[in-house]
Amino acid sequence: MSSYLSIEHVGITFKTQNGPFRALDDISLKINKGEYVTMIGHSGCGKSTVLNIVAGLLQATEGVVLLDNKEVNAPGPDRAVVFQNHSLLPWLTVYENVRLGVDKVFARSKSKAERDEWTKHNLQLVHMEHAMDKRPGEISGGMKQRVGIARALAMEPKVLLMDEPFGALDALTRAHLQDSVMEIQSKLGNTVIMITHDVDEAVLLSDRIVMLTNGPSATIGEILTVDLPRPRNRLALAENPHYHHLRGQVLEFLYHRQLRPAA
Amino acid sequence: MKSNVVRLTPHEEPNVVNSEESPDAVPSATAEKEPVENAVPSTTRTAALWRARGAALALNIFLPALTFFVVGAIWSYIHTHVATEIPSPAATWVKAKELLAHPFYENGPNDMGIGWQILYSLGRVLGGFALAAIVGIPLGFVMGMSENFQKAVQPLIQILRPVSPLAWLPIGLLLFKAVNPSAIFVIFITSIWPMIMNTAAGVKAIPKDYMNVAAVLRLGKLEITRKILLPATLPHVITGMRLSLSIAWMVIVAAEMLTGGIGIGFYVWDEWNNLNVPSIIVAIFIIGIVGILLESLMSLVHRYFDYSR
Repeated sequence: MSSYLSIEHVGITFKTQNGPFRALDDISLKINKGEYVTMIGHSGCGKSTVLNIVAGLLQATEGVVLLDNKEVNAPGPDRAVVFQNHSLLPWLTVYENVRLGVDKVFARSKSKAERDEWTKHNLQLVHMEHAMDKRPGEISGGMKQRVGIARALAMEPKVLLMDEPFGALDALTRAHLQDSVMEIQSKLGNTVIMITHDVDEAVLLSDRIVMLTNGPSATIGEILTVDLPRPRNRLALAENPHYHHLRGQVLEFLYHRQLRPAA
Repeated sequence: MKSNVVRLTPHEEPNVVNSEESPDAVPSATAEKEPVENAVPSTTRTAALWRARGAALALNIFLPALTFFVVGAIWSYIHTHVATEIPSPAATWVKAKELLAHPFYENGPNDMGIGWQILYSLGRVLGGFALAAIVGIPLGFVMGMSENFQKAVQPLIQILRPVSPLAWLPIGLLLFKAVNPSAIFVIFITSIWPMIMNTAAGVKAIPKDYMNVAAVLRLGKLEITRKILLPATLPHVITGMRLSLSIAWMVIVAAEMLTGGIGIGFYVWDEWNNLNVPSIIVAIFIIGIVGILLESLMSLVHRYFDYSR
């Protein structure tokens, strides 16, 4: 069966001052359309490097990434990225930040009025339409990340790439955003790769959790299928033994088999 | 020295965190005040508030006035006991009123009001400053973007930057065979270094994330320049312009002393040759006030383009 996104035997070696550094080794992963996959691993293991290769921001030393049967070798809006530190342009308003991507992607296929409406629609999806005319400097960290998600969604990407999108947020804001992401995911059915270091977040959001071994030469250690029914509710899951079993398996991998000696 | 630095940082950091990150810190601070304020009837409370404001205002006026008074006293002492050629503050004040009564009079090209002198000087500063911006900002951009170009020009800039711009005046005179363009040329040289350096630094300081955003959006070279590079660098460019302008205003006085003609610098020199010292002191104050005005103008522009505000 041919999958939607296929990462085939990808490895990457960086040139450093102390000689070559083998960051990733033989990563192979097939992702189906509409699947929500998270990658988890200790910091420094190369999770973000995998994401950057799929995004096209980094070139793999060997192996290939196929999206919809086409090779990926440069960045593009069909693989929109939600960056960890939001990366909104501070001189543009919230609306203009989203509109920038919309104008670029739908320059020919949508009229001006349609692009305006589509921008607003995506801001509504992340509940940010009220702050449209504010600058990023005027809104909170959680709101900035919402706008970052809206900007990515508005490009109608084939794959949505999220690089520790909630890593810099406090626990409550993070929970709000996770709920929003689940709500949006149930509506749009995007294909998502998300990097995280949060076990609860991984189990709550994912269809599959890809666990990476420690670097150097990090590779996929184990893949866990999360067969919890959707829609998922964080309060109900707190009482769910299967949830705890899945969570335990990820923890077992991270803290027993891949414990960093000097973490 | 080092212990100072270590002590300062922990003091500053919690303040930043308090104001931006955790809103809890603010209520706890007001909670301490509130019982005290509620205990006092509201009329006395506003009265107390006004008194506090009045006291602050009085201090803001009183302390600078005190400084002026002390300096004036020293000045008077110098006038009476050290050098009688230095006019008294009172005589200077009389001269100031006389000069400022008709700032824009014209008695032929060699006798014009002090307002004209200032305007001519400002004109030269703005001319040299504008030329420096036209040349320096694009140069700074290229320097920030191209490692090789930076390598090529950096040593030359490092050698020329510390040179007093006045040393270029003879070169200007040779090149232009006229004093006015030479003075503008000196201001051009004065202004160009801060503009180049700050623009280049601004381009280098652009976060990698912005470029990643541009890459994901597949922006073309021109779009990257227009939509990311220019706006991201603008605050740095304006910092460079601000520095340039304040140095240029200092340099023009010295340059005009050498070139002559109409302008506040030559005015000061001319009055010295006529031993008209009160006019020189008045000119010093006027030059200072114009400098403040230029600085606050640039600071306004700077604030307007500060996105983080």
